[in-house]
Amino acid sequence: MLQIEDLQVKLGDKEILRHIDLEILPGEIHILFGPNGSGKTSLLMTIMGYPQYRVTGGKILFKGQDITHMSVNERARLGIGMSYQRPPTIHGVKTRQMIEICAKEKIDVDALAKKVNFSEFLKRDVNEGFSGGEIKRSELLQLMAQDADLFLFDEPESGVDLENISLIGNIISELLQRDFRVESKKTQKERHKERTKMGLIITHTGFILDYVTADKGQVLFDGSLTCTTNPREIFRCISRVGYEECIRCAT
Amino acid sequence: MRDLNERALRAKDKTSNLGLDIDLDTYGSEPVSHSYVEDLDALSEADKERMIMAGIDAEETERSGTYVQKDASVIYSRSRQEGIEVIPIIEALKKYEWVQDYYWKLVPVDTDKYTARTQLDLHNGYVIRALPGSKVVYPVQACMYMEREGLSQNVHNIIIAEEGSELHIITGCATAAHLQSGLHVGVSEFYVKKNARLSFTMIHYWAEEMMVRTRSAGIVEEGGLFLNNYICMKPVRSLQMYPTTHLVGKGAVARFYSLLVGSPESQMDIGGRIYLKEPDTRAEIISRAITNGGNIIARGDLIGEVPGVKAHLECQGLILNGGSIHAIPELEGMIDGVEMSHEAAVGKIAQDEILYLMSRGLSEDEASATIVRGFLSVDIPGLPPQLKAEIDRAVEQSDKDMSM
Ligand SMILES: Nc1ncnc2c1ncn2[C@@H]1O[C@H](COP(=O)(O)OP(=O)(O)OP(=O)(O)O)[C@@H](O)[C@H]1O
Ligand SMILES: [Mg+2]
Repeated sequence: MLQIEDLQVKLGDKEILRHIDLEILPGEIHILFGPNGSGKTSLLMTIMGYPQYRVTGGKILFKGQDITHMSVNERARLGIGMSYQRPPTIHGVKTRQMIEICAKEKIDVDALAKKVNFSEFLKRDVNEGFSGGEIKRSELLQLMAQDADLFLFDEPESGVDLENISLIGNIISELLQRDFRVESKKTQKERHKERTKMGLIITHTGFILDYVTADKGQVLFDGSLTCTTNPREIFRCISRVGYEECIRCAT
Repeated sequence: MRDLNERALRAKDKTSNLGLDIDLDTYGSEPVSHSYVEDLDALSEADKERMIMAGIDAEETERSGTYVQKDASVIYSRSRQEGIEVIPIIEALKKYEWVQDYYWKLVPVDTDKYTARTQLDLHNGYVIRALPGSKVVYPVQACMYMEREGLSQNVHNIIIAEEGSELHIITGCATAAHLQSGLHVGVSEFYVKKNARLSFTMIHYWAEEMMVRTRSAGIVEEGGLFLNNYICMKPVRSLQMYPTTHLVGKGAVARFYSLLVGSPESQMDIGGRIYLKEPDTRAEIISRAITNGGNIIARGDLIGEVPGVKAHLECQGLILNGGSIHAIPELEGMIDGVEMSHEAAVGKIAQDEILYLMSRGLSEDEASATIVRGFLSVDIPGLPPQLKAEIDRAVEQSDKDMSM
């Protein structure tokens, strides 16, 4: 479980997140909406533990542990994985090597890469000259190797072409144990119970909702979280009347 | 020869304008002689281990020839492939008239006191030659090994890739583990003839108090390719070199790569200069320097003399733990129609790269080591796999040292 209590965060002198409360239970997927610059990426980076996002109040608990001041790699080891909106290029480190780094044990990198149409990129430096859509596939591939318990997806589908979007959508739902295509003797209810993976997904386009059945949606507006409700409903509301109206009706 | 001696004598006190001035009298030890071995296996384990670090394989698997010199003595010299010659230079000068056509023809004997000393007190060196059309199956290896305390090892090497040949050389310079101070003066002259390919990979493995001055120059004829790689990741007191290459035939190509790690108190002044004198010639100089407290000067100079040439220079530096890096890239376009560029950047490891790797599970130290290794891993097109493996090994070895 991820539990965020009254979290306040500063970036430099700027108050970037105000009094955030958020709870993601095992097996739950949350969708995060919000206009550009509202602080969505900042929230994910804070959960991941980036030190420039300075926690000035409140706390973050994960799997029962207070992780508010844990280092990034300790959080990764505890089971938090993130797909970045704008990851840095690392010169001289091949994508293949990066996938091996993500997987704690030996894995079949080629088989994994094939699933996201990424085989020919393995020999390239991580993110070096990758297009927007290629970055998304590279990030997803890293998470597939890492296999976290809490997945933070920062706009996993923006900039991805139509052919790859269903590929990405289906893999995300598989990672989050929502893959209904898998043959199984168990009932939906039984499978529902067995889910443990958690997800927090940022989206502007809402495309991801076609592939992942999400439990809750929230809107981040000017550093504050509002409107916790059904994500499809929020998306419809935002599409029709815009963010400002949408949060007004909720509050 | 007499003329050379006279010119050398006149230059024997001539200082170099780069690098601190070395008092040659400090390095006056008389060389002791070492006996020739029939098999490299006869070397002591300690010596072998140091040589391995500099890329020398005592088993000679996947090598087309070997030259090993200890102090002033040649202890092993042998070619393992027809069409490839490996000869100690003193012997070559005595036996073969043709050597004179190459001896001191690219590096002036009176350049400075270091070249002068190499002429006046020559401690051997090698001539490695690929005959016309001969292509090496494996690289040829050469090692300059120093054991005698306080010695100045003065060597002269000549490398010739005859027309249409292909020659790859790995040359390691290393010192015995107990050696503290010494001076290595190396003169090298490279001849890459029409349509020949030469790669020369030099790995230095010095001791903390070592002084090193090398003076080298090369010439590349029409359609020829010269790859010159230099790797120095171990402490050295003062090292200065500025190899020069002349591209004198249409379509000739030269590429220089250097990977440098400056340990505390090391002073490195390393450059590369390429003259592009004919149309369609290409030149590239790429250097990656890391300092852990040492001072590194990375120079590069490209001179485009005719239209239709292309040249690029890249100097990148990382300051990890004190020390300094001074990048001095120079471009000289002498005429319309040259295409020349340079990039230089000196900085520290980017924090967002470290955090990115940490979020994939690496510790902070592992993340920096991964980035440093990436920084030093440069793709060198045209380099045979055995040599790529040696460079990778040197890099791996160095980041083991750095993480200590
Ligand atoms: N280094 C920085 N210096 C100053 N302001 C910053 C810095 N980094 C981020 N910000 C600001 O913080 C605010 C929140 O940014 P954040 O990236 O979290 O937004 P977001 O909700 O993810 O937006 P988008 O939908 O565009 O991705 C923005 O106004 C942004 O300009
Ligand atoms: Mg964002």
